[in-house]
This record gives sequence, C-alpha cells and structure tokens, in this order.
Amino acid sequence: MHTRLAARFALLVLLVLTFASLACSRNKPPVARPMPPPPAATSTPPVSRPPAPPEPVAEPTIVPPEPVKDDAISSASLDDLNRNSPLKPLFFDYDSAEVNAAGQAALDGNAALLKKYPTWAVTIEGHCDERGTAEYNLALGERRAVAARAYLVSVGLSADRLRTVSYGKEFPFDPGHDESAFAKNRRAHFVVTAK
Amino acid sequence: MMIQSFFNRPNTRAVLTLGAAVVALATLGARQQPPQQPTPAPQQPTELSAVIKNGGGAPTRLAVPSFIALTSDAETTAIAKTIGQVLWDDLNYEREFELIPRDTYATIPAAKSFTDVPMDRWHEIGADGLIVGTVEKTGAGIKVQVRLFRIATGQSAFGQEYSGSGANPRVYAHTISDEIHKQQRNLNGVARTKLAFDSDRDGERMGGTIEQRSTKEIYIADYDGENQKRITVNKSLNITAAWSPDGRSIAYTSYRHGAPSIFISNIFAGTMEELTKTAPSTDSKTPRASDSNFLPQWSPDGTRLCFMSNRDGNPEIYVANRDGSNVRRITTHPAGDVSCTWSPSGTQIAFVSDRSGAPQLYIVGADGLGLTRLSVGESYVDRPTWSPPPYNEIAFAARTTSAGFDIKVFDFASGQVHALTFGEGTNESPAWAPNGRHLAFSSTRAGKWQIFTVGRDGKNVRQITRSGNNYQPAWSK
Repeated sequence: MHTRLAARFALLVLLVLTFASLACSRNKPPVARPMPPPPAATSTPPVSRPPAPPEPVAEPTIVPPEPVKDDAISSASLDDLNRNSPLKPLFFDYDSAEVNAAGQAALDGNAALLKKYPTWAVTIEGHCDERGTAEYNLALGERRAVAARAYLVSVGLSADRLRTVSYGKEFPFDPGHDESAFAKNRRAHFVVTAK
Repeated sequence: MMIQSFFNRPNTRAVLTLGAAVVALATLGARQQPPQQPTPAPQQPTELSAVIKNGGGAPTRLAVPSFIALTSDAETTAIAKTIGQVLWDDLNYEREFELIPRDTYATIPAAKSFTDVPMDRWHEIGADGLIVGTVEKTGAGIKVQVRLFRIATGQSAFGQEYSGSGANPRVYAHTISDEIHKQQRNLNGVARTKLAFDSDRDGERMGGTIEQRSTKEIYIADYDGENQKRITVNKSLNITAAWSPDGRSIAYTSYRHGAPSIFISNIFAGTMEELTKTAPSTDSKTPRASDSNFLPQWSPDGTRLCFMSNRDGNPEIYVANRDGSNVRRITTHPAGDVSCTWSPSGTQIAFVSDRSGAPQLYIVGADGLGLTRLSVGESYVDRPTWSPPPYNEIAFAARTTSAGFDIKVFDFASGQVHALTFGEGTNESPAWAPNGRHLAFSSTRAGKWQIFTVGRDGKNVRQITRSGNNYQPAWSK
C-alpha cells in the first residue's frame, strides 16, 4: 500500500517536472549553437615546421599537422623553453674565454639540438663573475659568447642563427660571493629567441 | 691679513639672468628629459677684485651665516636659510677656505641689512671673511644680494645681485660659491656641475624570458647628490654614462633593443640619437657578428666619441664622429680591448687590454698609430680616466685584494702611482671632476653599490647616492 502510493506520487512528480521543463524550453529563445571548429588541415605542414627535404621520387612526404605528441620541446612556448632550457650553458675558467672540454661537450649537445630544430634562433649571452671590474667584464663576457658561437659555427651551424650579447657581471645567476657562485656565473647562457 | 688689491664698490650690480634657468628647474616634472639647462646664463664680469687671504699662511677663515630674509614670510625665510647652508657646504667642498662651523656663531645677532653687521663679534670668533646675503620676495620670484666682507676693515670684497625663481634656492648658493672661488682664488669650482650614473633603484624587471633581471636607468644629480633625476625610461640595461664636454648631452650604453648600442640623450633639448645605429663591418672578410657597442667616451672637443665594439668579431676600440659617421677602428688584436679614455689634447686614447694576460693600460694615437703599454705596476687595471688639464694623470681601478679594487692615480710627470681609496669595500669606475680636484667613483663601502666623491688627495670622501645600487659615475663640465 505504501509502496504503491509512493510509486504514484513519484510518477506524478515526474509528470509535473516533464511539463515544467517543456514549458520552460518553449519560453526560451533559440540558442545559437557554436560553430564547429574548422577542419584541421591534414596535408599542409604548419609554418613552424622545417620544409621536408627534397625527395627524388614523386611520392610526397606526409607531414603531421601537429607536432608529435611526445616532443615537449617543440611544442613549448619560448618562455617555457627558456625557463627549463634544453640548451645547456657552458662554464669558463676564471678570467678566461676559452671553451674547455666540458664546455665543448655542452656545445656539442646544443649543436645537435639546434640541428634537430633548424628554425631556432638563439642568443648566446656572455656572463662573468663579480670579481672583475664592470667595464672589463663587458669585454670578457663578449669574448665568452663569441667563443661559444665560433665553436658552434665550426661544427656546421649557420652563424645567422647565433647572436651574441655580453652582460658582463650585470646578471649573476647565483648571487653568492664564493667560488661555487662565481663558477656558476662565469658562463655562456643560451636563450631561444625564435622557433 | 693681506689685501692684494681692493676697490670698495659694494653696490656693483650684476643682475644675472638666473630667472629662466631657475624656472626651468622648477618645471622639471617630466622624467624623460629635463627641458632646459638649469645653469645660469653667462655672468657679467665683476669689477671687484679684492682677495682675502690670511697673511700668516693659515687658511682663510670664512663665516657663512643664514641669509637675511628681507620679507618676513615663511617661504623667504626658508630660502634664506637654505642658501646660507648650501653656500657653506659648497665653499667647504673645495677646501680653499676654512669654513667656521655654523654653530660657533649661532649667538651672534643676525644683521638686518649690509650696514649693521657686528664686525667686532665676527672678529672675536676669528673670522677673516664674512658672507652676508639678503633674500627679498619680488613680483616674479626672489632677489638675492650677497657681499663678502673683510672682517679687518669691514669693507666688501665681493658683491653680486641675482634675481629669478625661488623654486630651487640651491642654484643661487652654487652660483655664489663658484663666483667667489673664481674671484678670490681663480678657481673653477664644481658647485654647478652634475653627476650622471646608472641605478637599479626603480626595482623594475627586464622584459623577456629571463626572470629576476633588474633594469638600470641613467640618473643625474647635482655634484652634492641633491636634485636626482631619472634620464632614461626604457626598462632595460642603461649603463656607462658619459657627459658631453658642453654638459648638454649624455652618451651611454643601452640594451633597449636587445644588443647593447650607444645612445646620446640631449637632456635639455629632449631628443635622443643612436650613435651606433648602423654598424657595418669594417672588415668584409670577417663574418659579421651581432653588433654590440659599449662604453662611449667623448673627445675633449665633443666632436668624436671612442667606444668598444665587437662589430669585427672581437672587442676592439673604435672612434666615430658625434653623428655616428666616419667609424674608424683604433685597435687590432685578438685579445679584448676595452675602456677607452681621451687625453686632454684629444690626440691620444688610453685603453685597457688583456693582450699580455691580465688587463693592463695602453696608450695609442687617436689615429690608431703609436701603441705603447703604460706600465703602472698593477696586476689588474681597468677604467682609465684621463684627467683634465692642468693635471696630466690617469685614474683607474686597480686590483688590490682577491675580492676588491681601489682607485689609484698615475701621474705622467713623476711616473708615480698613488692610491685614493684603501680597501674600504671595493672601488671602481673613477671619473674626474672638471677641475681635476675631485673624483667620483662607485664603491661597496656602505653596503650596496653607491656613488662617492673624493678629493684628489684621497680626503673628503662623500656619499652621493643612497637609493638602490648605483654605478659608473660621470662628472659634467
């Protein structure tokens, strides 16, 4: 008895709700539905991709419309890229602008990356520790950046992609005043400026 | 006391056209460019030529009480007090006179005019000379009259009258100080000169993808640190300011376009030029790197600037005309060449090179010929600054400890080097005052980097800046 009553009541409620919702929908003006997004181009490469290498055979190379999913580097914004840069800095000895063995290893890695992403343009910043004078460090930082650039050019990178700028001792990466801080601040730092 | 010549003409009136200049100072609201040169127009020669000296060889003792306010409003009273205090400071700065401390004569009754000065009271405290001035409100501003009395005779040795705006009374004191130094000691005082330097005081950050990079902007200040004003507003690095010899322009290194380039701000005309705008390689065989240009210094006649550039692939010294034309390379060496400075005659350039290992001083003709090393017996030398005549000296920063530098001076006449700072903090970037009697430099002795001035004898050190970090001063003519 109680269950039947409850079932009838539930049916009534359902009916009322149905009518109410129909009445509501009749009173509402028609709502424009958003346009479906334009179909993504499937056969033309985005401008940021490199041109496909010329093929002697007629079969055209299919380039995916989006960067490959697992390549976080090429999909990152410039800011994200530079915040956690795949291009490694190289460090210099005190008052030296010579690229040492560890520096060459860092530059070889950067060169491989820059060959993989041939559209990237980078600025190589030259930095110094605080022990030198401000003016001389502008020249020393310049020579550090130029040395890194010269090495990259020597392993086949186009000089046009590589700008240099010296900041002397203006922007230490480690604000400390000991040798561990100085060692971090004597560096050539890579910034991606275009991709 | 000895009087060399004396004409008692206290009423000589040389009304200076200070008005426009002082009004200009008052309207320096725009941060970008002060609109007009705030120094008074050329003065009329004074007919007075009495010189006050202490006959015993002791320094001449001067008293400078507050000026007399002839109108009794609060503003005029305040102006009169300011002029007296600043004039005391200005005269004391050159150390040609011994300035009697002002509290010594606080009990001497103030005169009401030039005619009721109690000379016997000033004689009692041992003054040789007394400066009495009046300030009077006029329709357009103020009128300031000043006399320098010789206490022994009560007669006036110097008298001038000025009129103009009351907005910056310090200008009257600076002008009086310079004129008294000129008339009494044939000395070009620095009271109306200015300093330029760069500062991170605004706490602004550079744009771009690297965080935590503080901007630096060019500032100017009076020689005593008052009246500080920002000259550049581009939120990047603006460093290594250099005054043009006419005091109307400042050349500096700016990163506003990314790569450092040399700009010239004509601070009273409100215009700006880029000296190193187009910088083609002067060596076609060398691939052109991204051009960077740094560290401008004006030739003494203001027609040329030397600077450092990497335009041919390595830091070298170049010279260009003031309009950027006729760029000539002065140095050629695979080491780094940096920090140029002109000789007083404009025929030679001193610079720093690490071609021998550590940075050392070299001198070369302004045509690039005649290179010689100037050995000063230091392990690391930077920022040479050639003195103005009549001195022939080069000031520089020398490494004196593993962590620090001191300011030293090489004297061509004696071949000797002497130090002006002695290990208080680290000290860099010396710049001569136009009269060669003082230098400005940057130092960490007070904590942060600040601008200081020091006498050429290493005494009289004064802190000029106190806000943020401040670097690389330049001293105007």
